[in-house]
Amino acid sequence: MNRVARYALYGVLLLVAIYTLAPMWVMVATSLKSLDEIREGSLIAAPHAPTIEPWLKAWSHACTGVRCEGLRPFFLNSLLMTIPAVLISTLIGALNGYALTHWRFRGSDALFTLLLVGCFIPFQVVLLPMARTLGAVGLSDSVWGLIFVHVVYGLAFTTLFFRNYYIGVPGELVKAARVDGAGFFTIFRRILLPISGPIFMVCVIWQFTQIWNDFLFGVVFAGADSQPVTVALNNLVRTSTGVKEYNVDMAAAIIAAAPTLFVYIVAGKYFVRGLTAGAVKG
Amino acid sequence: MASLVIRNIRKTFPNGVEVLKGINLDIADGEFLILVGGSGCGKSTLLNMIAGLETVTEGEIAIGGKRVNDLPPKDRDIAMVFQSYALYPSMSVRENIAFGLSLRKVPKAEQDATIARVAKLLQIEALLDRRPAQLSGGQRQRVAMGRALAREPQIFLFDEPLSNLDAKLRVEMRSEIKLLHKRLGITTVYVTHDQIEAMTLGDKIAVMKEGVVQQFGPPDDIYNRPVNTFVAGFMGSPPMNLIPATVVVEAGVAVARVEEHGKQAAFTLPLRHIAVSDLPPSAAPIEVLLGVRPEHMTDALRADTSHERITVHVDITELTGADTLAFVTLGGERCVCRLHPSAPIRDHLIELAVDTRSVALFDRATGRAIAFSSR
Repeated sequence: MNRVARYALYGVLLLVAIYTLAPMWVMVATSLKSLDEIREGSLIAAPHAPTIEPWLKAWSHACTGVRCEGLRPFFLNSLLMTIPAVLISTLIGALNGYALTHWRFRGSDALFTLLLVGCFIPFQVVLLPMARTLGAVGLSDSVWGLIFVHVVYGLAFTTLFFRNYYIGVPGELVKAARVDGAGFFTIFRRILLPISGPIFMVCVIWQFTQIWNDFLFGVVFAGADSQPVTVALNNLVRTSTGVKEYNVDMAAAIIAAAPTLFVYIVAGKYFVRGLTAGAVKG
Repeated sequence: MASLVIRNIRKTFPNGVEVLKGINLDIADGEFLILVGGSGCGKSTLLNMIAGLETVTEGEIAIGGKRVNDLPPKDRDIAMVFQSYALYPSMSVRENIAFGLSLRKVPKAEQDATIARVAKLLQIEALLDRRPAQLSGGQRQRVAMGRALAREPQIFLFDEPLSNLDAKLRVEMRSEIKLLHKRLGITTVYVTHDQIEAMTLGDKIAVMKEGVVQQFGPPDDIYNRPVNTFVAGFMGSPPMNLIPATVVVEAGVAVARVEEHGKQAAFTLPLRHIAVSDLPPSAAPIEVLLGVRPEHMTDALRADTSHERITVHVDITELTGADTLAFVTLGGERCVCRLHPSAPIRDHLIELAVDTRSVALFDRATGRAIAFSSR
């Protein structure tokens, strides 16, 4: 490739990078400015007197509707909801994938197809029936109800992930373990789980992002005390008493997005590796 | 150790395909049984059923006189070696061998003793702390055998254990398996598609095709007295030649006549060692396939006076070192002759010496054996 083309290429890449990163920069910069500085109108400029006051306010005493405790309680709600939901849906997905590939039964393929359909059902469709169901089993307005909804909704994806991973595990491995005297769960625990690292990471990242970022289920099914941070962020931004505090809004948005960013930065390389990795060599 | 009896075994898969159509096999304690056949003949399915990994649709399997149809694999007292070795990838060699033992709650000290014994037997002591991924194909094969040996089973099951190895290692491991069987005397069932493995390892061979045992017997029976043209063509490398011919009885001797084809003139071959009484009583010539092993169609250098001589046209020759294989067309069928490397071939012609003491006659329509020559 000649030099002109190469410079042109880097030029384009640079422009795209700026275009992508600019909103992030504006958010970070704005969140560190005082309201007075924001009013000067220099959106892109770096803060000349950086302050963490907006961050503190967003975290601990901004108003989300009538409560003025910041995002903190909702952030904790989100953690309490997301971590169990991710772990439970991933574990059940792993078991499903294992059963569907290595303990085939009459109709297992049909069942898998049905589960797959679950990936394509829009959230809105299940809102009403799910609300009735949660009401019937007494889980409405609670963290446990939300966890339940996310587990059920995530199962289609986690099962798909694990099924496609375990189908690459030779059937002879399971047969050998059966001859050795291992049963369904022993084989799962001792033979399959230890080689499931990559796909586990994929599942955890996927589920964490989905569940943490979910707004619709949160706003519909959570009670006042169990609302996730996404709902609280919405309330915070829409609650204004007099002035609109852009710096607090920006700080709150970054706080709400931080865990998914963190997960991607820490585990992102496993994501690609897990999606492309085969299960076993030899 | 135990005998193995397979009685009228049938297997129909849920999709309605019948893969085994009534199998009967019977081997004594300590015998080495080979299940051999092309792919899809049902040999692996049968092995899996003996192991308890597939359900039995109909019939009975008994190990050591005890019906095991409904026992799970772990209660059948068997050990199995798989084609892909199936070593547990997350465990070290030591853990692989110990896995079955620990599941059966064998005390730790006894486990260690077993691992040491097996590792010594198979010379894998140096590999005990490695993972399967760090082993070569041959080493994995040894570990897989070690895992099976640790169990001290009644019956050993092998599912094409050598087919993933390169040619040299395969020969090596083959003799090692034979040695091991001789030393331990454990009843063994061994599935393979390789007829050389079948011939060299087996005490008894069951040749299978399309879910039916074609022939069940000791290797030399299978080789010298194949019951039909499938077995004749499957066993032996190169396989038995099947020459279209007609047989008439002249002066109390069966005589085969092979018709002219292309450059090959017609010729007759007196079959002095075929008992005329074995032939169907018929005034008309009998349509047969004359079965002759390549080593029984040779040249003057390897022949004696009892051989029948015919002059044939050679299409091509292949040098293999110890032998030269000559391809000729007899009665329209491509045939292979095993010649001495310096056999005289002039102008594409050779005087072939056929050993009629070792021929077989098959019915041309059904493929079933009619008669074998007897010395």
